[in-house]
Amino acid sequence: MNKNSNTYQIVYSAIMVVIVGAVLALIYMVLKPQQDRNRDNDTRKQILAAINVTPEDDDAIAADYKTHIVKEYIVDDKGAVTDSSENVAFNVNMANNIKATKRLLPVFVANVKGETKYIFPVYGAGLWGPIWGYVAINADGKTIYGTNFSHQGETPGLGAKITESDFQNEFKGKHIYMDGAFKCVEVVKKGQKSTNGAETIDAISGATITSRGVSAMMDDCLKPYDAFLQTLQGSTTK
Amino acid sequence: MLSKRSKEIIFNPFSKDNPVLVQVLGICSTLAVTVSLEPAIVMSVSVIAVLAFSNVIISLIRNTIPPTIRIIVQLVVVAALVIMVQQFLLAYNYDVSKKLSVFIGLIITNCILMGRLEAFAMHNKPWPSFLDGIGNGLGYGLVLVIVGFFRELLGSGSLMGYKVIPQCVYDAGYMDNGLMILPPMALIVVACVIWVQRAHDKELQEK
Repeated sequence: MNKNSNTYQIVYSAIMVVIVGAVLALIYMVLKPQQDRNRDNDTRKQILAAINVTPEDDDAIAADYKTHIVKEYIVDDKGAVTDSSENVAFNVNMANNIKATKRLLPVFVANVKGETKYIFPVYGAGLWGPIWGYVAINADGKTIYGTNFSHQGETPGLGAKITESDFQNEFKGKHIYMDGAFKCVEVVKKGQKSTNGAETIDAISGATITSRGVSAMMDDCLKPYDAFLQTLQGSTTK
Repeated sequence: MLSKRSKEIIFNPFSKDNPVLVQVLGICSTLAVTVSLEPAIVMSVSVIAVLAFSNVIISLIRNTIPPTIRIIVQLVVVAALVIMVQQFLLAYNYDVSKKLSVFIGLIITNCILMGRLEAFAMHNKPWPSFLDGIGNGLGYGLVLVIVGFFRELLGSGSLMGYKVIPQCVYDAGYMDNGLMILPPMALIVVACVIWVQRAHDKELQEK
């Protein structure tokens, strides 16, 4: 057999591609259900992390989620609930949702030791890929109770630090409303002030673009909830 | 247990045939994943696994590969193995796969892989190829761990994510070296390691 002949090369590469493709497809199909379960569990874990609940192990996630997340629904830009069927907020794909002209606005209602918290998903761009997270707001509609951020491929030791509690804890107790107007917290270089008078978070040194991404993501994704949050604020001051 | 040749194949990459320090392969990933120790270690383990298995596979089919498209064949084998590792991690160790994120995919671009496939597995039997993969993977991992150790210790004051420099030292005015966590410092640390190695191993010095 002449290994340099065109026929041999073409047949060889064709067979190789078919075999490799089949093996990979098989592995993907066999592992997919398990991967989906892991992914859903991981999302639940992130939502719980925004209200500072850490499940003991992977088996406890579903139970913890059930006890803490009491309701979930979709609101529109006027703040009215449009859909409150089961898992409706959980099933929103934020990556697609963010690009839609008319976004769905998912809300998770959580119960933490008798207090009601509202959790909003956020989604944006970091330096290398998407970043996303969950922001829990107190029942007063303006104070951040907790946050949780995740990323796909930010630089470890730099941008990836947004997943660490040191960074996320900075958000606790900050306000996204100043004097009644929506002013989302801004992530700025340490010592700098926000240009529009919003409260600030220290950026991660060496990760300017990821830090800015977090800032932009929070602003972009929480702003549409303005009407909903205003209603919350109205109901608590009365 | 191992013959003299097998021992050489495994242990040479540690010192006088080190893929990073002597052959200067895999520098990209050495710079990218050594900000802290943990990703450096997991990256090393993954590279060892992929390198050993791709070496074996290429060695098994080495007599059938058409010479003109051999690089493509090697690339397909490596890419398939890397995707498999990624899929298994997603299914059985989701947390680790999340931590590694892009790194696993980056193994494909590691020139040590193609280098060893081309230089060794194409001309040797499966068993020596397997040992060669393990040896070179370990040699690469060794450098990664050394660099990761110093960068995390001096750059973040921690090791494996745990603080090792006590708070009282910071109170006395010590500061973490921010330069350590930036990529240029990885080059400088690698250069220092090369320096130490050549000072120790006279035969490696260029005339």
